[in-house]
Amino acid sequence: MSDTTHSAGGHGGQASGHDDEGASRRDFLYLATAAVGAVGVVGAVWPFVSSMNPAADTLALSSIDVDLSPVQVGQSITVTWRGKPVFIRHRTAEEIAAARDVKVADLPDPQADDQRVKKAEWLILVGICTHLGCVPLGQKNTDPRGEFGGWFCPCHGSQYDTSGRIRKGPAPANLVVPPYAFLSDTQIRLG
Amino acid sequence: MAANYTNPIVRWIDSRLPVFTMMRHEYYDYQMPRNCNYLWSFGAFAAITLMIMIVTGIFLAMNYTDNTLLAFTSVERIMRDVNYGWLLRYIHMNGASMFFIVVYIHVFRGLYYGSYKSPREILWMLGVVILILMMATAFMGYVLPWGQMSFWGATVITNLFSAFPIIGDPIVTLLWGGFSIDNPTLNRFFALHYLLPFLILGVVVLHVAALHIVGSNNPYGIDMKGPQDGLPFHPYFTIKDGFALVLFFLVYACFVFFAPNYLGHADNYIPANPLVTPSHIVPEWYFLPFYAMLRAVPSKLGGVLTMFSSLLVLFVLPWLDTSKIRSAKFRPIYKQFFWFLVAACLVLGYAGSQPAEGIWLVVARVGAVYYFFHFLILLPLLGKLERPLPLPTSISEPVLKGSGPVPAGAHAKPMEKA
Repeated sequence: MSDTTHSAGGHGGQASGHDDEGASRRDFLYLATAAVGAVGVVGAVWPFVSSMNPAADTLALSSIDVDLSPVQVGQSITVTWRGKPVFIRHRTAEEIAAARDVKVADLPDPQADDQRVKKAEWLILVGICTHLGCVPLGQKNTDPRGEFGGWFCPCHGSQYDTSGRIRKGPAPANLVVPPYAFLSDTQIRLG
Repeated sequence: MAANYTNPIVRWIDSRLPVFTMMRHEYYDYQMPRNCNYLWSFGAFAAITLMIMIVTGIFLAMNYTDNTLLAFTSVERIMRDVNYGWLLRYIHMNGASMFFIVVYIHVFRGLYYGSYKSPREILWMLGVVILILMMATAFMGYVLPWGQMSFWGATVITNLFSAFPIIGDPIVTLLWGGFSIDNPTLNRFFALHYLLPFLILGVVVLHVAALHIVGSNNPYGIDMKGPQDGLPFHPYFTIKDGFALVLFFLVYACFVFFAPNYLGHADNYIPANPLVTPSHIVPEWYFLPFYAMLRAVPSKLGGVLTMFSSLLVLFVLPWLDTSKIRSAKFRPIYKQFFWFLVAACLVLGYAGSQPAEGIWLVVARVGAVYYFFHFLILLPLLGKLERPLPLPTSISEPVLKGSGPVPAGAHAKPMEKA
C-alpha cells in the first residue's frame, strides 16, 4: 500500500533510477487511460449532441415546390420554407428598373440586381431581416415599404429596396436569396 | 481543511468553498472495509444508472410530446427520424430495467449482510424511499409512450387507489384530472416523471451522506477497528468499482443493442385504445412480485394493502430483525431462510407474469404468505432462537491469519496489529 502511494506521487526529481523508470511507466499508463477515457466520453456524447440536430423528417421538409402562375405583376406572396417566410414578388418594370438603377459600390452590402435574381421579374428572398430576425413589412401593397419601395422592418427600421438589398437602418446585409431553381416558367423548387 | 493544495486556483476556491476537500474526503480518503466484495459495487452502478436515466431522459424530452393525440407518434418519430433517437430511447427503456435489477441486488445484499441494522437504520430507510420513488417514476414513464400497455397499466394502477373506502374515488379522480385516463393524466404524469428523478437524486445524496457518516458495512458485518481493517476508497475501490462497472455496461449494452425489447411488452407498440383492453395485461418485470401479491388476495382493498405493505414492511425491518449479528455468514439458520426469501420473490415474480387463475393463484398466495412470514415472524423469532457462529475479532484477522472464524475464546484476546 505504501509502495503504491509512493510511486503515484513519485514525480519528483529526487527519486532513484529505479523509481524514475516506474514513474515514467506510470505516467504512460495515466496518459493512455486518460486517452481511452476521452475517446469513450466523446463517443458517448456524440449521439446526444447529434440528436439535437434536425431529424430526418425535418430534413425531408427542406425543399418545396411553388406554383407562380397565379401571382400577378406587382403582387407578392409569402410561402413557408423550413419554417421561415419566403417572399416571392412579381416585380413591375419600374421596380426592376429602380433595382438596376443603383450605383452598386455605394450600397452597404454591394450586390448587383442580376446577381440576386434568376429571372428579372421574379424576386425571391428569405423574408427575415438580417438585423435580428423580424419579418419585414411590404408584402401587401398597403404595407409601409420604406423609402426604397421594397420592405421596411418594423422592429428597428431597416429599409430594403426592390432587390431586397439593405439601404438604410441597422441591418448589416441584404435579405438572403434562398437556393431555388425554375422547374418551368411558372414553377420553382425552393431548397 | 486538512488538504493543502499546491495549485493556487484550487487553493483559492477550496478555502472559500471546500468542494475539493469534500470530494477528497468522501471519494479518496474515505475508508472502505478491506473485505468488501463486488456486491458493494451495486450502489455505484445504481448511482451511475440514475445519471444515465436523467441525461437520456432530458434528451428524449426534447423530442417527446405529452399529448394523447401526438405522444405515440412522437415516440415513433424518436425511433425513426431523430438522430440516434433509437439509441437514446433504448438506453432509457432498458436503463429502467437495469436500474431495478441493480437496486434489487443492492437491496438483497443489504438483507444478506444485515446492512440495515444499527447504526444504518436511516441509511436503509432512505434507500426504501428511493425504491418507492423509483417505482412511481418508472410507472409514470411507462405511461408516456401512450401504447396499449401504457394506457391499461395506468388504468389498473390508478384504480388501485379506488380500493380505499370513501377517499378512494376522489383520489382516483384527482390522479386522472377527469373521468378517465386522458390528456390531463398524461400531462401530469410527464411533469412528475421529469420531476421525480431529481427528488431521487436528492435522496441519493442523503443516502450517501448517511453512509459516509456510519461507514460501509462489509461481508463480516463487524465494525472496522482500525486502519488495518480499511483501505482508502481511491485507488482501491475506484478501480474495483470501475472494473465492475465495465462488466455491468457490457450486460446493459447487450440488452440495448441485441435485445432492446426483450424486457418490454409487444402490446405497447399498439397505440392506446380506451375501448379495448389487451387480453393479458402484465406490468414490467420489476413490478411482477408486487403485482402477484395484489392478485393473491381475494379482496380489492386487501390486495392493495398487501401490496403496499410489502414495501412498507421494509421501513420497519431494522426493528423486526432482533439479531445483533449483521452478516448472514455467521447466522447459519438465517442464511438458509434468506435464500427462501429470494426464491419466494422470484416465484412471486413468475406467478405475477402468469394469468391469475388455477395453480398460479395458489403459488402467488404461498409466495405472499412466505414473504410476510419472513419479515413479520421469522426475523423477530430467529434473533432469539438462532445460535450465531463466533465472529472474527477483526476484519483483517481472518485475511492475515488463515481463514474462517476463530474459536470463541479468541474474542477475549486483545486485538493485534496487522
